[in-house]
Amino acid sequence: MRLQLPSFFRGGLVSPFALKKLGVLGMNARNVQYIARYNDRDKYPIVDDKLNTKRQAKRYRIPVPELIAAFETQPSRKRVMEVIEPLEKFVIKPARGSGGKGILVIVGRDGDEYLKPSGNKVTALDIQRHVSNIHSGLYSLGGKPDRVMIEALVDFDPTFDKYSFEGVPDIRVIVFRGYPVMAMLRCSTHDSDGKANLHQGAVGVGVDLATGKASHAVQRGMRVDIHPDTQMPFSDLEVPDWQELVRLAASCYEMTGLGYLGCDIVLDRKRGPLLLEANARPGLAIQIANGVGLRTRLEHIEQMDLEQLEKNVEERVAYSMDYFAAKPLA
Amino acid sequence: MSPRAQVYILAALLTLMGAGLTIYKNVELGFPLLPGEYRTVWTIEAKVGFTADGGPAKAALTLPRAQRNMEVLGETFSSSGYGFNIISEDDEYRAVWAKRQASGVQSLFYQLDVHQTPGAALEQPLDLSTEVVKPLLGAREQEAVRQAIYSVVETARERSSDTRTFTSELLTDLADNRNQDRNLIFGYYKDRSFVDIALLVLSAADIPAHRIRGLYLEDDRRRLDPEDLLEIYDGKRWVVFEPQSGSPGVPKNFFIWQRGGKSLLDVEGGRNSGVTFSVISNDVPARDVAMLSTSQEKEALVDFSIYSLPIEQQSIFKLILLVPVGALVVVLLRVFVGLRTSGTFMPVLLAIAFIETQLFTGLAIFVLILILGLWIRFYLSRLNLLLVARIAAVVVTVVILMGAISVVSYKLGIEQALTVTFFPMIILAWTIERMSIVWEEDGPYEVVIQAGGSLLVAVIAWWVMTNRYIEHWTFNFPELLLVLLGFIMIVGNYTGFRLGELARFRQLVR
Repeated sequence: MRLQLPSFFRGGLVSPFALKKLGVLGMNARNVQYIARYNDRDKYPIVDDKLNTKRQAKRYRIPVPELIAAFETQPSRKRVMEVIEPLEKFVIKPARGSGGKGILVIVGRDGDEYLKPSGNKVTALDIQRHVSNIHSGLYSLGGKPDRVMIEALVDFDPTFDKYSFEGVPDIRVIVFRGYPVMAMLRCSTHDSDGKANLHQGAVGVGVDLATGKASHAVQRGMRVDIHPDTQMPFSDLEVPDWQELVRLAASCYEMTGLGYLGCDIVLDRKRGPLLLEANARPGLAIQIANGVGLRTRLEHIEQMDLEQLEKNVEERVAYSMDYFAAKPLA
Repeated sequence: MSPRAQVYILAALLTLMGAGLTIYKNVELGFPLLPGEYRTVWTIEAKVGFTADGGPAKAALTLPRAQRNMEVLGETFSSSGYGFNIISEDDEYRAVWAKRQASGVQSLFYQLDVHQTPGAALEQPLDLSTEVVKPLLGAREQEAVRQAIYSVVETARERSSDTRTFTSELLTDLADNRNQDRNLIFGYYKDRSFVDIALLVLSAADIPAHRIRGLYLEDDRRRLDPEDLLEIYDGKRWVVFEPQSGSPGVPKNFFIWQRGGKSLLDVEGGRNSGVTFSVISNDVPARDVAMLSTSQEKEALVDFSIYSLPIEQQSIFKLILLVPVGALVVVLLRVFVGLRTSGTFMPVLLAIAFIETQLFTGLAIFVLILILGLWIRFYLSRLNLLLVARIAAVVVTVVILMGAISVVSYKLGIEQALTVTFFPMIILAWTIERMSIVWEEDGPYEVVIQAGGSLLVAVIAWWVMTNRYIEHWTFNFPELLLVLLGFIMIVGNYTGFRLGELARFRQLVR
């Protein structure tokens, strides 16, 4: 039952009933039935402002990348230079940026210039301008004045080197009422210009909650088996420290108090999984990466009784890893 | 109560309220549901003319009384040099013009606009005397006339059953010039009109009667004299007859000026006085008629609405009232289609600009300003300015661009481009800023997608907002906004898939 509309929607449309049957969650349903219902407005600042997230994470002993400096007010040039001068690698972020906007990653130095992961060079002046832009609210929701944070660059676990091109691999886990329900790994590609956004051409790899092994991979809506740049097969991919990572994600529920939550986690070579940021409005691309709909899983948790919902982190993680294990591919 | 139920109840209430008010305005106040409806409005002008004697002059004209099937939309009096007022006298209104010294031919005017509405012409009861003054027919030479009158009355009485049918018969007989008795009567009263004679004969038959003066509303009539109808009392109620045909009832297009037999015009200090009438019909938009007729009664719904604003503000509101429609289009495209735009409601502002500039001029100007603005913005970004200062710089540049476009196109003779001023400058500047960020972060392809999406939504919104029905409804029935509000609330509850998602998730189905 497929309508053909090739010119606009290359590849046609599928029937909404087919999607519903598969338990796919749509944007409208996500907004009305999950975000509006389970996420209290007053808890948003905890996740919308990354400095708040960091502070809260400390309180709950959740590991995060090290904060080097935060500029609450517009810093002078001298102050910016003071902070970045001794650093080799660092990341500059807006505290209230959305959708990964305004993040500047510096991976090294070349004389007076700074190197981006792509190999492009930026000058100190460019960095100062970037700081000033963030402050003026260019990247924040609604253009509100923002704060600037400078973080240490995560020393990425080498496992993903073969699956990521020029970029930052991170793992997104959707946590619903404290239960991890789905996970994916976002691998940047040459096509995505080192960015981990799926709509820009990054590969979304569905990760089996039970094992941390890749179960499915998609690039630009098409199923892929190998990384387009490194040619590595995804079937060999296994996220190390998986249980610890899922546990970290699940504990974000207590930290934020948000019922429907997306946690972005990176793996540090020495420190293990670190919480990069939490998101109160996580996207739906995770369904495409996993090839599975979210709705059935969310509804399963909605049916739980109070006793089950009161369980502690370890119990919830154990339940999720068992119940949401990927079905073996036919 | 769950929020969802609340939404539905609230939406139902809003819809009911909006629809109810709309129906009330349509049915009771006559606001047309469809644009382009016209109603006939009659302009009746009474001209009072007399030759003044040179001393003080005073003219009193009886004014038409309220009539149920005729709605008076407005009256004007012109009376240069005369003192004027309206007095009430025995349940009649009279216009009185007065002047201390007047000589020569004088003309005074009274003009009124009336609109015919369905309904009976006259209301009962009427406090007119039912006393009958018998005609004095004592002298010998009047004997024959008296005989003739009673013969006519007798014949009519034999051929009728009650006062009504009697009057009908009598009037037909009086109109029949083969009737000898009738000819005798008319021969005797040579200088009297048909209605005078009919009144005389009716009084001889002991039936209370009087005349009704008025006009037949026919287009483009000048120098009309007032026409008369007869009204008789049948013992219970007053009944109107058309004298020549003898048929009962007020003719459909008859405008009643005066009921009862008093004089229509009294002039003191003048000679050769008379009233002549002229009638013109105009086709006036139905809404204007509704506005005029309700403003007389000070209908609260109309009095406390945007119609009470000055015309200039009303035309601004005409645009403002279209904004919710544009917002609805954005909501529908977002929720049901899932189109991405830059700035949620920016396309609505663009659409409003397009309404002023016309679509293609607007599109051309927008694209031109966007491209030039982006180009300048790229240069500005190299100058290390603070964000607010940079956007302000873009605003100034946009204004200069607009000025330049206006002047250049005017010199080239393209007047259309002068409407460029309707573009929301600040919004344009922000759009340019956002687009340049999108360009830097996501590449030019994304810029084209987002600008294209915004333009597409703006064009659809423009198309809906310029629909003449939509324009008519939003302005004449602003209460429909309540229905729109209810609808938007229900749409806000939609949890199904978007059209775009049917393509986005198609891989999952295979």
